[in-house]
Amino acid sequence: MRSLTTTTTAATARKKKEAKVPDEDFKLPIVCDADTLRSLIRRKKSVRVVDVRKAEDYQREHIPTAVSLPLARVLENDQPEKIVTLLEELGISDSTPVVVYDDTFGALAARVAWTFQYVGHDNTALLEMTFKQWKELGLETEKQQHTFSRARHLLNIKKEIYVDASYVEAAAKSKPSTLLVDSRERLNYLTEHIPGARNIPYTMVGSEDSILRNAEELKRLIENRGIANDAEIITYCGSVGTLSGLTYYALKLAGFKNVKLYPKSFKEWKALGKPKEEFKEATYWDLSAE
Amino acid sequence: MKKSRVAASAVRSKSAAPKPNPRWGREEETEIFAKNVRLFRQGKISDDDFRRFRLQHGAYGSRLRMDYSMVRIKVPGGEITPEQLEKIASLSEAFSIGSAHVSTRQNIQLHWVQLEDVSEVMRGLVEVGLTTREACGNTVRNVMCSHFAGVCPSEAFDATPYAKAIARFLLRNPMCQNLPRKFKINFSCCDSHGLVRVADIGLVPTVKKPSSSSYTTTTTETSDETSRGFKIYLGGGLGAASFIGHLLEDFTPEDRLLATCMATIRLFDRHGNRENMARNRMRYLVHEMGWERFQKMVLKERSIVEMTTSYSTEQLFDVKSHEDTRQLPKASGRMTTMTKLPMLNVKVTKDSLGFERWLHTNAVQQKQEGYFTAFITLGAGDITASQLRVLASAIRDYSAEGVARNTPQQNFALRYVRETDLPNLYEKLASAGLANPGALTIASAVGCSGTTSCNLAITNSHRLAKEVQRKFLELGLDIDDSLRDATIKISGCPNSCGQHEIATIGFFGGATRMNNTMTPTYTMLFGGSAGEAGELGKAVMRVPAKRVIDTTLKIIELYKNERAAAAVAAAGGGGGDEDHHHETLHQWIIRLIKGQGSGSIKNLEGMKAALAQVIQLPSSPQQDPDAYRDYGSDSNFTAKTARGECAA
Repeated sequence: MRSLTTTTTAATARKKKEAKVPDEDFKLPIVCDADTLRSLIRRKKSVRVVDVRKAEDYQREHIPTAVSLPLARVLENDQPEKIVTLLEELGISDSTPVVVYDDTFGALAARVAWTFQYVGHDNTALLEMTFKQWKELGLETEKQQHTFSRARHLLNIKKEIYVDASYVEAAAKSKPSTLLVDSRERLNYLTEHIPGARNIPYTMVGSEDSILRNAEELKRLIENRGIANDAEIITYCGSVGTLSGLTYYALKLAGFKNVKLYPKSFKEWKALGKPKEEFKEATYWDLSAE
Repeated sequence: MKKSRVAASAVRSKSAAPKPNPRWGREEETEIFAKNVRLFRQGKISDDDFRRFRLQHGAYGSRLRMDYSMVRIKVPGGEITPEQLEKIASLSEAFSIGSAHVSTRQNIQLHWVQLEDVSEVMRGLVEVGLTTREACGNTVRNVMCSHFAGVCPSEAFDATPYAKAIARFLLRNPMCQNLPRKFKINFSCCDSHGLVRVADIGLVPTVKKPSSSSYTTTTTETSDETSRGFKIYLGGGLGAASFIGHLLEDFTPEDRLLATCMATIRLFDRHGNRENMARNRMRYLVHEMGWERFQKMVLKERSIVEMTTSYSTEQLFDVKSHEDTRQLPKASGRMTTMTKLPMLNVKVTKDSLGFERWLHTNAVQQKQEGYFTAFITLGAGDITASQLRVLASAIRDYSAEGVARNTPQQNFALRYVRETDLPNLYEKLASAGLANPGALTIASAVGCSGTTSCNLAITNSHRLAKEVQRKFLELGLDIDDSLRDATIKISGCPNSCGQHEIATIGFFGGATRMNNTMTPTYTMLFGGSAGEAGELGKAVMRVPAKRVIDTTLKIIELYKNERAAAAVAAAGGGGGDEDHHHETLHQWIIRLIKGQGSGSIKNLEGMKAALAQVIQLPSSPQQDPDAYRDYGSDSNFTAKTARGECAA
């Protein structure tokens, strides 16, 4: 299995093996590979595995020690204080390493991970694969439901990774160095998007066996587009910031430092009656064989 | 996933070993492309230079948006492996629109790819041996070969290795890098399949018996006593002005194939028009010079080529290396012509089982006993990524040759399917929406990409072709054997990518002011055909886009009426000596073109009069605005085009 850490050189990969990682304050990479997670679970270190699929999917089967936090609950509790309460209820303290997974090519996991990081839980990673892929590899699962004693977690909002509509509008007007990235599929993007936005569809950032391509590949894809390494990049998608959450992490993995998410995305933008760029000169929808 | 890969290879072992992959692509070209896109964006390469470079590498600008490309993947001879289809599926999801498109020249196209991602698409293609190199621009385009080559009971021999060898020889060859215009080479299997008369070079495989002076294109097995060669047609082609190719000589031996092609390309390179882009295909040169003069020049040039071509250059044309050396089922030699369709004796109706209807219209017997070629009916050539994966899996499970071919009818052909496997194949295809009937019938309408992506398009020919297919299948016209040999082909402009001139009923898009409203219309043509006796259709009349389906249905109704009348007359003994009550729609239309109609419609004028009513639009565009609009559009029609990129 391919290792998917922020640093992908052969030397660091070797070092990682020798170090046999996990420790209490183990700092997770952006994407956590299956072996690292399994080793964390086996050593009963205080890793918290968060399953963001529907509750009934979790009840059927999940990764050992995982707790259930369906995306819908995160979206219902869309206030930083409430998210911190959720973290505390799941027994996540400020130093607990958290690994999030889903069964939706990483998009739901990405949205939840981003939310955790936004309220100050920096030590959060995405599992490199979906639950289905985990199963296909024959890795351990269980049915036992877990609860952990309540932990204490500080609220420490990381405002530099969040933007709202007015920020997007202002940036589009007066900050030419800011790049808006639309994460929806090509035909949706062509139909309408926020003026000036460029398209990096979520379908582009994943690979067949991992929710995200490796860092080197992502870097190349984005460099091809002539995007500067220090650019401020805002990602958005169609409705609640899931697809754009995945693109957010793709950009982070590619080494971009200043990435922000507009979680309310194009749905809110349209509802607010903000300007759109449309392309009506071609009948491209008729090319789709769907 | 390790596990799934193991599973996939286990399935693969069911069919023959994979076909050797000729590796058309080169990785360094993807890097050069990425670099040039960056330089172009930085203003360090001029628009013109970049366009030429981009087209040379198979990326065509998208409709009114030059920041997007249509990436044209060459599939030499139309032969494609399951791995290649799976890769195209992934690339279409990552960088295109999640669907791929089969063209009328055996290319597979990915639309609306961001220019910056084209190098990534190319990189993925190289991994599976494919290339986009010289798929556009002033080069030798994808070399076509009949999808029946190798399985056609009427063929002299399998032309596929020759098609691939010439494609290999000419790809990246310095002699083809800056021709006056694009150049197309088509191989057929026999005299009836293939597009040999509408190509710059069209080749029909033929064998010659040295003992006699007769040549034949219909011997199944070649023995030591016969020698292989081709009937070569030059100077044909479809476009705003189309021409039918001329026969160079009765028999061109296989060892002169390369020299003949080289000589033709060299002449075109030297004498072709490099000034007037509208008239610089080789067919204009042939037309202006006169065939006899051109023919003499080719024969003379060929001698020069043969005298001056080095041994090592000749060795680069390596037919042997493209031969399929695997143990495939052998032809019995008993079949000498393709079995007349349909292959089912049972009466198929609209209510028949899906499988029976599909078998009736989508499968033909091969010359290899017990084996069939099954067709996958696509809508105007479109196929989703997940369907491509199912197709790949179906090839592995059911095709003894382990590859598929795409067809100029924008479908796929799955060959070497055992008769006993046909029901399972059908089930598998049906599970993915790939088992539509009608592939080998009038219902399989061809449509170019039209306004969905092309700069030159005036109308949405692509959607219209899909609508025709949907309507015809709904009406069950695919099971009507009298319509079976008729074809409908639609282009969105006069430039013939939809091959409207070789259709029984062809259409090309335009714009006409009707009742003071700009309206999408199609010029309808009658009586075109492919094959060695191919003819171009004759323009009949203009039809508004939204009346095209009703008009074709009316033509079918008129035909049925005439045929019924002929039957009555024949029964009454007054029907003359001709079997008009048995003739097909295609035959009837050909007769009308010749002015030999025997019923109430005598000729094209009579046909026009009979259709005058059905082409009418409601007199007030305000009352029924939709009738004046094009398919896929909810706003009033405007004819908007930009510069074409066929010529670089």
